[in-house]
Amino acid sequence: MDIPYTVAPRQDTGLYNAKVGIWLFLASEVMLFGALFSSYILLRVGAQEEMWPQGWLNVPVGTANTLVLITSSITTVMAWASLKMNQFNKFKFYHACTILLAFTFVGIKSYEYHDKFNHYEFTLANGTFADGHMHENHLKQEGAAWTGYAIIEGHVVTEEAELYNLKKHKPAAHSEIRVEGPQIKRMGNYGPWHNTYTAIYFTLTGLHALHVIGGALVIGFLWGPGSKMWKTDPERFTNRIEISGLFWHFVDLVWIFLFPVLYLL
Amino acid sequence: MSDQHSPDHFSHHVRRYLFVFYALLFGTLITVGASFIPFGNHAVNIGVALVIACGKAFLVAGYFMHLISERKMIYGIMAFTAFFFIGLMFLTIWSMKDFPTFATH
Repeated sequence: MDIPYTVAPRQDTGLYNAKVGIWLFLASEVMLFGALFSSYILLRVGAQEEMWPQGWLNVPVGTANTLVLITSSITTVMAWASLKMNQFNKFKFYHACTILLAFTFVGIKSYEYHDKFNHYEFTLANGTFADGHMHENHLKQEGAAWTGYAIIEGHVVTEEAELYNLKKHKPAAHSEIRVEGPQIKRMGNYGPWHNTYTAIYFTLTGLHALHVIGGALVIGFLWGPGSKMWKTDPERFTNRIEISGLFWHFVDLVWIFLFPVLYLL
Repeated sequence: MSDQHSPDHFSHHVRRYLFVFYALLFGTLITVGASFIPFGNHAVNIGVALVIACGKAFLVAGYFMHLISERKMIYGIMAFTAFFFIGLMFLTIWSMKDFPTFATH
C-alpha cells in the first residue's frame, strides 16, 4: 500500500504530509527547549550576581563551533537546492560537507566537555581555594579524608567568588600547584554536579548535541543507502532532504540562542 | 517550497541563501564583539545579544526554513507555538515576584 501525499500536496493543507509532520514535531521541540531556556532564566535571576559564573567558557572555541554549525546550515540548504536543480552529484558533495561539519561540531563540543571534566576546584583546610586542570591525580579517599596528592595547573584564591565572575576577577597566571590530600576539605570537577550553571549548561548543550548527532545520522542515511530513492522516486527523495534539512536548521536555530546565552552573557 | 521550479529560478534562490549565510557569519562576529563592549549596564549587553540572535533566527527560519513563503497551515502551527512559548517565558518572569509568604525553617 502506498503512503498518500508523500509528494503531492493535500488539497486541504496545500502541503505534503511529511512537512506538516515535521513542523508539528518542531513545535514540540520549541516547547522542549523553551522549558529549558525558561529554567535557565529562573536559575540565573535567582542566583546571587557575584556567584553566577561568567567567562567560564572559551569564547573563540564557541565562536568557531557557531561558524561550523552555520556553515552546515548553508550546505544543507544547498544540498536540497541541488536536488531541485537535478544535480545529484552536487547534492552528494554538499551533504558530505554537512556530515563532516556535524562531526566537527560534536568533536569540538567533546573537547570542551573534556576540559570541564578535567577542571577541578579544591576547598582547602586553610580557607583558600585551589582551582585548575588536573595534571596528576594520586589522591585516595578514605572516609571523608583524602590522602596522597594532586598536581594541577591553576591558581589559588582566597574568596570563592573570585572563581565565578572571571570577567571581573581576571585569574592570576596559572602555575603548577601541588595539592596535598590531607589539606582538602572538598573537591570536585566542573561536571554537571558542580553548580546550577554547569547543570543547565550540560543539560542544554547535551540535549542540543544529541539533536546534532540524531540529525547527522538521518542525513548520513539519506546521503548513503537512502539516496537510492533518487533513481526510483526523485521528488519524494527531494522532500525527504527538505524535511531532514528543516530539522537541521532548527538545531542551528537553537544554537544561535545557546551561544550568546551560555558563552557571552 | 515543494513546488518544482526551473534551475534558473533556483540559482536566484541560491544567491539569496549565500547572502543569508554571509549575514549569519557577520551576525555571529557582531554578537561576540558586542559582548565585550561595556555598555555600563549588563542588561544592555543581554538585550543587544538577544536582538542580534533574534535577527539571525529570523534569517534561518525565514530563508533556510522557507517560513517567509509558507502555507497558512504552517503559520497556524507556528502561531500556536509562539503563543505557548511566550506564555512559558512570562510564567518564569511572573514567578520572579512571587515569593512565598509563609515562614521557612
